[in-house]
Amino acid sequence: MGSVTTSHDMGLHEEQLTGRTQQRFFSPTEEENFTYPWSYAVDFDKSSEFDAADMEISEINLKIRELMKSGHGTITVKNPRAKHSLGVGILNRLNLNFEGSLGYFGCGLNDGANIHISGRVGWSCAENMMAGTVVIEKNAGSLFGAAIRGGDLVCKGQAGGRVGIDQKGGTIIVGGSVGAFTGFMMQRGRMIILGDAGDNLGDSMYDGVIYVAGNIASLGVDCVETDMTDLDLRYLHGKLELYGMAAPNGVEKMVKLTSGKQLWNYDNLEPSEKKLVL
Amino acid sequence: MCGIAGLIWKGGASSDIGSEMTQMLQALKHRGPDSTGFALYGKAHKGLQVLRFKVAEQEEMSTGFDIHRRVVERKAAVEARLKEMGAEVTEREEATEYAFRYQFKFDGDLKRLIDYIEDLDGVEILSVGTALELIKDLGDASEVSGQYGLNGFVGTHAIGHTRMATESDVDIRSAHPYWAYPFNDVSVVHNGQLTNYWTNRRDLERRGHRFMSDCDSELIAVYIANRIDQGDELESAMARSIDELDGVFTYLVATGNQLGMAKDVMGAKPMVLYESDEFVGLASEEVAIRSIFPREIDTWDPYQGEVKVWAA
Repeated sequence: MGSVTTSHDMGLHEEQLTGRTQQRFFSPTEEENFTYPWSYAVDFDKSSEFDAADMEISEINLKIRELMKSGHGTITVKNPRAKHSLGVGILNRLNLNFEGSLGYFGCGLNDGANIHISGRVGWSCAENMMAGTVVIEKNAGSLFGAAIRGGDLVCKGQAGGRVGIDQKGGTIIVGGSVGAFTGFMMQRGRMIILGDAGDNLGDSMYDGVIYVAGNIASLGVDCVETDMTDLDLRYLHGKLELYGMAAPNGVEKMVKLTSGKQLWNYDNLEPSEKKLVL
Repeated sequence: MCGIAGLIWKGGASSDIGSEMTQMLQALKHRGPDSTGFALYGKAHKGLQVLRFKVAEQEEMSTGFDIHRRVVERKAAVEARLKEMGAEVTEREEATEYAFRYQFKFDGDLKRLIDYIEDLDGVEILSVGTALELIKDLGDASEVSGQYGLNGFVGTHAIGHTRMATESDVDIRSAHPYWAYPFNDVSVVHNGQLTNYWTNRRDLERRGHRFMSDCDSELIAVYIANRIDQGDELESAMARSIDELDGVFTYLVATGNQLGMAKDVMGAKPMVLYESDEFVGLASEEVAIRSIFPREIDTWDPYQGEVKVWAA
């Protein structure tokens, strides 16, 4: 290891973890750590399109990679016909358009691409997205934006149940209604719902914010209503305007929900254990 | 995992539902490769009943020796009992060596006739109905469809199932759809697991209902049959099942002229719905609906606890 500077050496951590640990710290220089080995230098003005009607899922995903490799920064996929796992694992800046609908796990693990889908998406769309935007013109299935960590995920129609389950960051916007258990165990990030919400909204959420414009069937355990601040209103105005959407009765009438943090029991832990948990 | 699909042409329109359902189920093959089943609803035959029955399992046929003699005997015994009860068989078709389709005239007590036939060892009635034809066997959709000659089957509505066996064996007896014995034309397909199976099964068995398999999905068919028997409409029977059946499920029910869907309160199992003025299509995944409508269509997921019923 020798010359490797760890975050401990840099004084980023005041505390010392006790006991066995798997932690290995990296050198925070861009060349080594902030670009993926397979990221492509793409030109957004260089565009390409292809028809996916008779292609297999892996062929379509490989074709997108080939086009990125040859520098295409704008790619249009025609006739995706609700196939599963399309546009997954794109770790690159890219403008990607799907003219049609996607099946399950569409655009999962997205990190940096701006994706537009003119149709509908099935279950688990943009699961674990890290960065970028995914905009869907029609409806979405259940588990929409499960465990996303960053980026904007927008559905202009209605979404199914368990939207943003385990959300850890980023923004989810749904133009219509959402089903039961939306925001279940949400940990961070923001969710904007312009329609109604199903039962157990925000159940067991740790943190994060949910804004709802319509009716709420019922709130889950430890999900509480909070006062809207000017910052919230500015944020809602800005985000919705960005995607050409609007709250039916204005953002001022929306309800803001956060965690009541009554389920938190980290304070019962010893200080050293507390650091391990958090 | 299992895949389920349903379709109904509205306003009495009919179409080649045999090919349509085959395509839908073939698109869902990855959800369950063990067995495939169809419940197809054709034109109602006036005064005639269609009987679909099997006298052996596919596995017995491929591994056994004596079974080939026994299936002939069993079939003859079914014929004899039909005759004895006064049923007049007008048509006989042999789909496979062990599965048959009979058309018959009968005015007496249908339940008694069915019980008498099923009393025979190894004989299972898959369905009885004026419009319903229930076909199920091991293999994928195109294999089963080809074996039983389903392409070109004209009708108004259908439900189907591709099975990934989780709770019981891979055999025809545990394959879907299930016919809601002894009711004419009622059939069920299910995706999920029921957790209060035994409590409900014991209760229904005490009321005189029959279970042919140990498959939890059969419970839904028997449950619906019992509710209809108690005088419920299909929709209210299904609404009640949401509260009384425990577990995760999305299921489809078809009757002589209706198609219904129900989803559990957790919304744990998928269902995509497409509805136009003339057609309703439902499937576990959109790819199934797209297999018969390649053009862009608007679809959505019904929510948890939802029950919907459409008429042909």
